[in-house]
Amino acid sequence: MRKTLVLIEHTQGQLRQTSLHALGAASELAAVEGGTTEALVMGHGVGAVVDALRSLGCARIWAVDHPQLADLTADRCADVIAQTVKATEPSFVLAAASTFSKDLLPRAAALLDAGMISDVVGLKKEGDETVFKRVQFAGNVISTVQLSGALKFLTIRPSAFPMANRNATQSEVQDFPWQPAANVTWTQVVSREERVEGRPDATEARIVVSGGRAFKNSEDFERVVGGLADALGAAVGSSRALVDAGITPNSLQIGQTGKVVAPELYIALGISGAIQHMAGMKDSKVIVAVNKDPDAPVFEAADYGLVADVYETIPEWTRRIKGS
Amino acid sequence: MKILVPIKRVPDYDTRIRVKPDGSGIVTEGVKFSMNPFDAIAVEEAIRIKERLPGAEITALSIGTEESVETLRVALAMGADRAIRVAIDADMDSLAIAKVLAAVYHREKPHMVLMGKQAIDDDSNQAGQMLAGLLGVPQATFVSKIEMGQDGATALCSRETDAGIEKVQVRMPAVITTDLRLNEPRYVSLPGIMKAKKKPVEELTPSALSVDCVSRTRVLSMEAPARRKAGLRVKSLDELIDRLKTEAKVL
Ligand SMILES: Cc1cc2nc3c(=O)[nH]c(=O)nc-3n(C[C@H](O)[C@H](O)[C@H](O)COP(=O)(O)OP(=O)(O)OC[C@H]3O[C@@H](n4cnc5c(N)ncnc54)[C@H](O)[C@@H]3O)c2cc1C
Ligand SMILES: Nc1ncnc2c1ncn2[C@@H]1O[C@H](COP(=O)(O)O)[C@@H](O)[C@H]1O
Repeated sequence: MRKTLVLIEHTQGQLRQTSLHALGAASELAAVEGGTTEALVMGHGVGAVVDALRSLGCARIWAVDHPQLADLTADRCADVIAQTVKATEPSFVLAAASTFSKDLLPRAAALLDAGMISDVVGLKKEGDETVFKRVQFAGNVISTVQLSGALKFLTIRPSAFPMANRNATQSEVQDFPWQPAANVTWTQVVSREERVEGRPDATEARIVVSGGRAFKNSEDFERVVGGLADALGAAVGSSRALVDAGITPNSLQIGQTGKVVAPELYIALGISGAIQHMAGMKDSKVIVAVNKDPDAPVFEAADYGLVADVYETIPEWTRRIKGS
Repeated sequence: MKILVPIKRVPDYDTRIRVKPDGSGIVTEGVKFSMNPFDAIAVEEAIRIKERLPGAEITALSIGTEESVETLRVALAMGADRAIRVAIDADMDSLAIAKVLAAVYHREKPHMVLMGKQAIDDDSNQAGQMLAGLLGVPQATFVSKIEMGQDGATALCSRETDAGIEKVQVRMPAVITTDLRLNEPRYVSLPGIMKAKKKPVEELTPSALSVDCVSRTRVLSMEAPARRKAGLRVKSLDELIDRLKTEAKVL
């Protein structure tokens, strides 16, 4: 029977919401291919993540809990995946596209001589085969791709698939005995920035407020963009221009080479709308653009455009929300 | 110290990409091709490492058609020492590319492979990680800073992750993939171009490397994404807030 192994991502002991979309994609795959979904959780101290997964429709949850997996580096994780795949023989290995899965899935695929498709946004049966839709050329092209081989690797765009449903049946949990090869020097993590708590992550938020080169320094960005975001309970994002200028951290970058988001509402403040930026947000349900240049390309994709100075308009917007 | 830098020739990031009416691919007539931007960053970083560790040798490597030699010339003009082209006409997926890169790696035995994190045509973001897996060597992906250890045997790499910056220490030989903020690639100078003409470009074939380069993925068709229609210009903040509440119902 066909099986899909879904790689689960977690941060600071919490299941990432994007993994629920990966499980949702696995159900769509099961609907066309038949078969079941199993989940793979790796780390050190993953009990809470496993618990959060129990009623999400997986036939089985594989838990790989090991002190050497306190740091989930690509070399360790790819080794775990290779061993799990050899033991459990799935037809697909699937994960939500993120820097975590992009780092380790291709490495695991190569260890198993399997082909891989990144950034899948749709799948369907064509004849006897399942074909996949993916995005390339900075969002300018949607291609339909066929993948051959007994084992296939996929990353999916979370925004393109629904989250898995909670149901009454509890998944079976099984420990997988990872045998780390002897005499390997694993990559050593020296330090790591964790996402600061407080604001939601742009990939998981209902509303994203994003700022561009209009903002001259981090204080202004924080006051104007952060201010509106907090008033709306939204996540913040930024264009590459601000990350390059050191005004915002890289974790905020939205676009072809940053995060891809599709919230219900995306508010672009002082962003010109370069194709590379649009690649990361143009699937948002409603797009608002505020820009002082009436000819800014961002207006071509905005549902609501306001020609205005962000320094004047946005603090006013924030004041009104707080005042009401 | 030998540094191998794989580079790909892709449509320039600044050109408009259009899908052919029959969906068989993109329109290439009149399209400017350039070195993949992430690969230019890898070439630049290799040159900067060489500036600090004289005696280093930089080999640029491209897999592709005759035209990829032009892209290799750009790398040579920037400062790479020599170039290799593996002659292939068909499109190859990242796994097939990684297998060819692995074969060249075994022939060249470099201390480090510096390459782009992603080719901006296929946007796959796979080849570097696959290469590291095939070789069984450490990897540091999406790197925005490289601090070479004293002896060049290790490198402290800052990686751009969804959460922020992660620093990892990798032992050479390793595969390092570049992110945009690693550096600003230099422009090629006229003397650089003159010098590049005399630098060697070696030609290889997959069969000479005895490598299997069959792609597992096959693009069946391409289409342009549904375009968003330009919406409404609102006249004031009041109107914007009102429409978001009553029309779009997102507030
Ligand atoms: C390979 C590659 C990958 C890339 N990846 C990404 C990516 O992932 N994400 C990304 O964002 N970019 C990416 N870029 C960069 C992209 O091409 C643009 O350079 C960038 O998005 C521009 O950012 P911006 O809109 O903030 O700045 P600008 O283009 O400078 O636009 C600033 C805008 O602010 C407006 N403005 C200024 N002051 C005010 C004010 N007071 N009030 C209102 N409006 C004002 C201006 O009218 C202008 O439209 C990439 C580029 C390359 C080559
Ligand atoms: N045809 C090629 N020749 C040389 N290097 C390549 C080729 N294709 C991809 N690469 C390298 O692999 C990286 C990642 O490519 P990709 O997996 O296609 O996104 C690129 O940035 C290049 O450094």
